[in-house]
Amino acid sequence: MQASAPAIQPSTGGIAGALSDLFWRRPKVPLLLMLLPPVLWLGIVYLGSLLALLLQSFFSIDEFSGLVNREFTLKTYGELLQPSNLDIIVRTVSMAALVTLASAVIAFPIAYFAARYARGKWKALFYLGVMMPLWSSYLVKIYAWKLILAKEGILTWFLGKVHLNWLLDAWLSLPVVGGNSLSVSFTGTFIVFVYVWMPFMILPIQAALERVPGNLVEASSDLGASPSQTFRNVLFPLALPGIVAGSIFTFSLTLGDYIIPQIIGTSRLFIGQAVYAHQGTAGNIPLAAAFSVVPIVVMGIYLWGAKRMGAFDAL
Amino acid sequence: MRSDPNTRAPLALKIAAAGGLLFLHLPILLIFVYAFTTEEKSYQWPPPGLTLQWFAVTWNRPDVWEALKLSVQVASIATAIALVLGTLCAAAISGTKFFGREAISLLVILPIALPGIITGISLRSAFSLMEIPFSTWTIILGHATFCVVVVYNNAVARFRRTSRSMIEASMDLGANGFQTFRHVVLPNIGTALVAGGMLAFALSFDEVIVTTFTAGQQQTLPIWMLEELVRPRQRPVTNVVAMVVVLVTLLPILAAYYLTRDGDQIAGAGK
Repeated sequence: MQASAPAIQPSTGGIAGALSDLFWRRPKVPLLLMLLPPVLWLGIVYLGSLLALLLQSFFSIDEFSGLVNREFTLKTYGELLQPSNLDIIVRTVSMAALVTLASAVIAFPIAYFAARYARGKWKALFYLGVMMPLWSSYLVKIYAWKLILAKEGILTWFLGKVHLNWLLDAWLSLPVVGGNSLSVSFTGTFIVFVYVWMPFMILPIQAALERVPGNLVEASSDLGASPSQTFRNVLFPLALPGIVAGSIFTFSLTLGDYIIPQIIGTSRLFIGQAVYAHQGTAGNIPLAAAFSVVPIVVMGIYLWGAKRMGAFDAL
Repeated sequence: MRSDPNTRAPLALKIAAAGGLLFLHLPILLIFVYAFTTEEKSYQWPPPGLTLQWFAVTWNRPDVWEALKLSVQVASIATAIALVLGTLCAAAISGTKFFGREAISLLVILPIALPGIITGISLRSAFSLMEIPFSTWTIILGHATFCVVVVYNNAVARFRRTSRSMIEASMDLGANGFQTFRHVVLPNIGTALVAGGMLAFALSFDEVIVTTFTAGQQQTLPIWMLEELVRPRQRPVTNVVAMVVVLVTLLPILAAYYLTRDGDQIAGAGK
């Protein structure tokens, strides 16, 4: 038997070879080189800005000169507790909760069908059918709903055709949820929020449902449970981590949005609009910063709760 | 043979699922109809007549071209930056275990997990603190930051499926690290990178919330549309632009889908 190639290959030579050998001997070096650019970018650009924002929320604005006073104070956070500002926070958080709930109700059947019954071609079709609205243009979606909800728009036309206009008028005459037309009412804001963020709910629920073994559902009905009992006691608890995972998106996105309530909604503000107004025309950056800390804190608590419910495994 | 009742969906479920999907798709299709309407001033439905004239009008509007140009420019550069940063990060995270790994993967996801307005106002306040004037580059800075996660997600999924033994085989056969990357790793992750890049492009092309905070006087296409939504000038032009935006964002998404769906059939994926 002849001696073949040596056990240890000689270096391939050249700068590339030398570098490659160095990387092989010291695996920490390439790791560091790979991590450095993204970590520097995100650390400086993103975390740096986030810290700059947090810092400014502890500044205050001088009421007489309108200039920012760079001394640390909690005064600006105190302003958040004023009734008008507290109102904005409560309105936004309850809207986010309602949107999340409605999204879960609409998303569940789609996700359930896709997870359990759709096969082959249908499965691909369902996937694309969810992905395309999820990724298609945010502004165009809002614009489409402006066309639908406007007074002379398609919804009024349709309700006229089926002689249900009185229902719309009755709804619009209600306090709080009603208004002049759907496109300037809370109901309109709610519908558009659900439409725009609901797709984010479908895929996590589908992922959670796909992990539920089919024979579990069969066993439940074999043991005499009605479909609604099976849903309540078997399917829903197992799908819950997926729903919570999806709700992270719907909740967070509704919390921070300011364009939907600006285009379709009443003049009563949401957190995002307050942030935008305070940093822009009002020039009160400390208050804008303090306002934007609210979604960060709310999301922090939410994520902590979601992690405890095992939602992160369903992402 | 008895048909298995569990392979057929109950009717109520079918209706609910179909209804949900219709709810998602009909409004977007509506935009396509409105691009052809003859009605100029209102959102009147049904359209009184159909015409192609608004395409010509839009074609001759310099402000639309300006905005489109800026959008494409910003999205291309942001995508290029995101491709480099996202791939590097994915390679490091998927290949090795090290201290702080979880923290870094959280750092990548954070710009998209927190509401866009937080990213926007943070960047804006940082720019004003450091007295950086607004320019195309401030827009790109913001876009690249949240595009990284899209490339990262696609690349990390593919890296996990790429078999480690193939890389070892390449090294055993005498290739150095760079040759291995060029001839083994790159062909394997290539389609995932193209898909991630396309999604990043679509994301940046459509982004409005972060852009409102990081742009000065310049208008990207979504900012132009937002302006038209708040203060309408010529509604039919907005309809046409909206339709173009839908097409420009949907095509990369479809392409990305076709590029990644066969990802699990890569040679050696099972090892």
